[in-house]
Amino acid sequence: MRKNYIGLFDVIGPVMVGPSSSHTSGAASIAWMARQIFTGTLVKADFTLYGSFADTYKGHGTDRALVGGILGYRSDDVRIRRSFELAREAGVMFSFTADRSTEVSHPNTVDILMENTEGHTLLVRGESLGGGRVRITRMNDIRVEFTGEYSTLIVGHRDEAGTLAYITSRLANHEINIAHMKLFRKGKKRGGHAFAVIEADDFLPEELADELMSYPTIESVDVIEL
Amino acid sequence: MSYDFKSAKEMLALCGEHGISISEVMLRREMELGGESRETLLEQVDERLRVMDASTNRGLDEPVKSMGGLIGGEAKKVRELDKSKVICGSTLHKAIEGALSVAETNASMGVIVAAPTAGSAGVVPAALLSVYGDTDITLDALRMGLVNAGAIGYLVTRNGSVAGAEAGCQAEVGAASAMAASALTEMLGGTPEECCAAASIAISNLLGLVCDPVRGLVEVPCQTRNTIGVSSAFTAAELALAGISLPVPLDEMIDIMTDVGHTLPDALRETGKGGCACAPSLCAGLSGIRHLL
Repeated sequence: MRKNYIGLFDVIGPVMVGPSSSHTSGAASIAWMARQIFTGTLVKADFTLYGSFADTYKGHGTDRALVGGILGYRSDDVRIRRSFELAREAGVMFSFTADRSTEVSHPNTVDILMENTEGHTLLVRGESLGGGRVRITRMNDIRVEFTGEYSTLIVGHRDEAGTLAYITSRLANHEINIAHMKLFRKGKKRGGHAFAVIEADDFLPEELADELMSYPTIESVDVIEL
Repeated sequence: MSYDFKSAKEMLALCGEHGISISEVMLRREMELGGESRETLLEQVDERLRVMDASTNRGLDEPVKSMGGLIGGEAKKVRELDKSKVICGSTLHKAIEGALSVAETNASMGVIVAAPTAGSAGVVPAALLSVYGDTDITLDALRMGLVNAGAIGYLVTRNGSVAGAEAGCQAEVGAASAMAASALTEMLGGTPEECCAAASIAISNLLGLVCDPVRGLVEVPCQTRNTIGVSSAFTAAELALAGISLPVPLDEMIDIMTDVGHTLPDALRETGKGGCACAPSLCAGLSGIRHLL
């Protein structure tokens, strides 16, 4: 759900753990979103920081915010301050690498490589855009783009004809209106791995994931609901 | 009938047409655009007031070092200042403590309400809550005061900028000061026109204020800048309540502030490459920073 006007609580808000909406609040949101799209029990998260994130991440608590987000804390959760300790208690290992040489398109960029108990991994790249707003721009080696400001459905699938028609038919069945929809695929040819990212105006019901998973070309379904 | 507005002029027209305050127009706009009830909105206002109240006190109750290590404990120092040396008067003195406390809370990863930004988060709560505490203003008036501040913040966000990186600190602490000035004016019985006059004065008094964070951190000089935001809000509200206004209306003042911001060199817009960030004693090392405080 998203509103298209500047409201009272956009100005008197967000309620957030300081000190910086872009370096702290935004970092927590990126990691929180990354965690939402990764299934299983998390055991490890490696963070690579670029641009301004790499230069000032300690003084802005970007590191604690990222670990907090990966543990599922929102950007106003005071536990972010103690996230290192809480991650160790939860058995989640983490590391930080400041990469000051790689050129990135946005100054506040982070790569999060997650690993679960089954050894599966997922790399998510996020950008903090200012004022706490964020954008996910990469999942593994596929370029994507979504902000989490809408109800977001991310469907990993084999790039074959009919998949998208099936997804949209299920959404129509639930009377869910699509705000934005994009397809992202690996490489230039059909048949490889792809993601469909659908930003919707309506809440996405739980049963939707099971319905979609029953389709032969669909490999994963993740939902980000604010 | 729509309560949506795009400028101070339109907002004042709605106030006049319906005989209501700025905060009431803003609240009705929010109800109209967001579809939420007055009760739900006021509950959210209360929730923010609670966070604001806690953050204005945290630095007094449990002073802590900031993440960057440049600040911590300033609010408590001001609280402990010998009464014979308090020249600001007790309400402004409390507001200064509050503003320092919020900035310290923010810099030490405590919870704050960005208003309009995290770096300027001390101004609005410190101004509103200190005046609420020292007068017989009702809780309802305090709530509506915060909504009034939101209306001014909305106008600056919509028609100008509240980003230090875009328009300097005048867009952050300056905007916060204007929000607080207008809110105080309404809380103390001023008219909608007087609220806008207060906001306009507050912006003009901080026009050109640069964003020059030492080491790029929201610590020095951000914390003490929050206190000038509060002082400026008090002054502007008092002037406006006395019937003083600038011949420059609020809408024009927001445009002027934004234009001035865009004229500022990059070095003075949150890049950490100019102003206080480049003071020779700071470049020499941390000891210089402690000395400054």
